[in-house]
Amino acid sequence: MKPAPFAYLRPSTLEEALAALAGEQGAKVLAGGQSLVPLLNMRLAAPSMLVDINALPDLGHVRVAEDGVRVGALARHAEVLASAEAAHAQPLLGMALSHVAHPTIRNRGTTVGSIVHADAAAEMPMVLRLLEGSVDVASVRGRRTVPAAELFAGPLESTLGHDEIAVQAFFPGLAPGAGVAFQEIARRHGDYALVGVAAHVETEGDAVTRARLGFVSVSDVPTVVDVTDALDDPAGTALTELEPADDIHATAAYRAHLVRVLAPRVLAAATDHARSRAGEAIHP
Amino acid sequence: MTTEQLHEVRLHVNGSVHEVRVPARRLLSDALRHDCGLTGTHVGCEHGVCGACTVLVDGAPMRSCLMLAVSAVDAEITTVEGLTEEDGSLSPVQQAFSDCHGLQCGFCTPGFLTTITAGLRETPDPTEDEAREMIAGNLCRCTGYQNIVKSVLRAREIQAEIQGERSRS
Repeated sequence: MKPAPFAYLRPSTLEEALAALAGEQGAKVLAGGQSLVPLLNMRLAAPSMLVDINALPDLGHVRVAEDGVRVGALARHAEVLASAEAAHAQPLLGMALSHVAHPTIRNRGTTVGSIVHADAAAEMPMVLRLLEGSVDVASVRGRRTVPAAELFAGPLESTLGHDEIAVQAFFPGLAPGAGVAFQEIARRHGDYALVGVAAHVETEGDAVTRARLGFVSVSDVPTVVDVTDALDDPAGTALTELEPADDIHATAAYRAHLVRVLAPRVLAAATDHARSRAGEAIHP
Repeated sequence: MTTEQLHEVRLHVNGSVHEVRVPARRLLSDALRHDCGLTGTHVGCEHGVCGACTVLVDGAPMRSCLMLAVSAVDAEITTVEGLTEEDGSLSPVQQAFSDCHGLQCGFCTPGFLTTITAGLRETPDPTEDEAREMIAGNLCRCTGYQNIVKSVLRAREIQAEIQGERSRS
């Protein structure tokens, strides 16, 4: 339960960090380390070098603008969760973040780090995907913006290159007339969810014009399913695209059962949320 | 065989400075125990699940087994040894554990004490539900949770008593 040896760098500029990553194929970025260090301790990962970005300036921001919320690579989950402004602009952030591990882990772990760790059992990769957000990525080759739909390649695998650092995530704000909801079932609050479901619903008047569900722990990659045409049976449609699996925590059949329970419930909650917000917009 | 590179690290723990030479892979929990000699911090699962190694980093509880000592250079760390009052008497949380039989074997206790100390700063007047939520990330293999919850609520009382005395004097 001790990490294998690795070289260590704690650069004070982003340029220095990017140069180090470019020069070392087996290097990994260390931010909060709440997913990486367990992998090191159990020797499931053995990078040749860690580039510790905790001393880099200007990456700890949670910035709220008209179009949404921008979260820097060093913003801890707890800091994002504590931002009332961020929760107002995009309520799904707070709803989901309160389910991310325990407060002690949220004090260290970063939201951007959790996203690029690309765990399909984690809340925030799915949230970014459901909200159709993006990640800003830097490397010595330049900067680019990766839409969430192109970010996740496989289990614990993002499409980022080994020389790239995700410097910021962008969560679009919630439009008027749109609503969100999130629920998950875990053995204890704070543990990995057996199944988690988030919903994003857009309405015009009484009509639901678009409805999508995001799923945690029922597929290999963060998965979003469009259920606009299946409002009566969202779980049935979703299960054609999900791949619930057996593991030590739950059987595949039980996970499918939880999808059937949670999907309609969360869809209804998001629809109510959308309508209540539309009402507020008309009668402020 | 190549020798592993050692890093000079200056750790700020409980108000003292510890200069240690450690490999980059030295976990903060091990650095505290082996290099600083502060064995109050206990190491249980070493992958962030059990909470026994919880220390305060700039006042916020964090898992010392999920931090590298080299990455803790800029932080002020408080271990269980740093919770006692300056005259050596028990802190309100420690006193509450003693009053309520909040520990059995004691292995998990340092992590509970640090977690609750920070938790009561954030939620000074917790309900029983909030007390349970406060300790949800820590495991006690003796399963002594009932008395730990009582200890959280008792610590709240002791703190209120102390504040009452201070405001009277």
